[in-house]
Amino acid sequence: MSQTFMLDGKAIPFEEGQTIIQAASKAGVFIPHLCYHPDFKPHGSCKLCTVKVNGRQTASCTMRAMAGMVVESDTEEINAERRALTQMLFVEGNHFCPSCEQSGNCQLQATAYHLGMMSPHYDHFFPSRPVDASHPEVLLDFNRCILCSLCVRASRDVDGKNVFALSGRGIGTHLIVNAKSGQLADTDFTLADKAAQVCPVGVILRKRKGFAVPIGERKYDKAPISASVETEGR
Amino acid sequence: MNAPTKKLKVATTSLAGCFGCHMSFLDIDERLFTLLDYIEFDRSPLTDIKECSPDCDIGIVEGGLCNAENVHVLREFRKNCKILIAIGACAINGGLPAQRNHLPLSTILEEVYHTSPGLANGMIPNDPELPLPLNKVHPIHEVVKVDYFMPGCPPSGDAIWKVLTDLLAGREPTLEHGLMHYD
Repeated sequence: MSQTFMLDGKAIPFEEGQTIIQAASKAGVFIPHLCYHPDFKPHGSCKLCTVKVNGRQTASCTMRAMAGMVVESDTEEINAERRALTQMLFVEGNHFCPSCEQSGNCQLQATAYHLGMMSPHYDHFFPSRPVDASHPEVLLDFNRCILCSLCVRASRDVDGKNVFALSGRGIGTHLIVNAKSGQLADTDFTLADKAAQVCPVGVILRKRKGFAVPIGERKYDKAPISASVETEGR
Repeated sequence: MNAPTKKLKVATTSLAGCFGCHMSFLDIDERLFTLLDYIEFDRSPLTDIKECSPDCDIGIVEGGLCNAENVHVLREFRKNCKILIAIGACAINGGLPAQRNHLPLSTILEEVYHTSPGLANGMIPNDPELPLPLNKVHPIHEVVKVDYFMPGCPPSGDAIWKVLTDLLAGREPTLEHGLMHYD
């Protein structure tokens, strides 16, 4: 018989070594997340997947499931904190959805919808972040980067190229390209890389392919992000 | 809903916006007649009344703040309206006008009036009647307290209808999947 823990009053079975979010996804329970991706080692940085385990907050993407744990996730208190984190991500970058190719397919946007984010609440930083259009096939729009590090992990762990890295600390943290010039064109990055497929927002974009899917037919037009838990939980 | 004895006064304005949200407001179509059983318009482009009555119930503000006059009008709305609603991306996060925020204002004015191709030694407009542009475009919640937000560029007629009917019924406005859009 498999072991279980309690998530919002529901018994969730898990296998030894699984994290809370892995077991929850497999059981069809959605926990909001941005830097977590089932194909990669967890990074634990976005904190959107924070849950309370036996009354204490922890990231559900890094915490291993244990028998008898009592986990709270979909509560007003935790969702309010997730909403505040999401609002901070929106004001720290330049997230102008109406002109973004990723709008409708963006995990940040869909997560904000899921959390009922009606406004950014905080004052905007309006940072200046020039784009990198040097690569013939791919545009990098740093304005939208949420520092999830998925491209860093994909390029390092899957592609074996180390094209991306996070540089700086705290509020100065930013995504950099591993080339002397700092330009994507001066790396061996290609469209076939795993790193080209994993951006949850609109930073890594295929050129000349924007707005290919009409409004109303994009991924999160059809179903909210919470419905994608079935395709993620394998 | 039963028709009320006293109609709510609603004021609307477009600051640094494109009037797209007002056009979307008209997209509630024939429901406008139902709405008019409950509200009357005060200051609004729809009435051409120039100043808010001091007893407005709801103020709906489209657009962000790109010049001094926008700030003046916004403060007038906040002062005279019990409930202030930000409508659309520009009011909520600065929107399209805020895309100039990473450029110095002087550079923009220089380019628009002096250095763009085809300009015959133009001058930067300096008539005292013209409101001065702000260094950066700001969303309205950075200057006054805003009570409710209707995101979208523009929010659909259905989303606007949902928020207004929620408010008229005394409910906290919510937008479910399909009505909530930032684009």
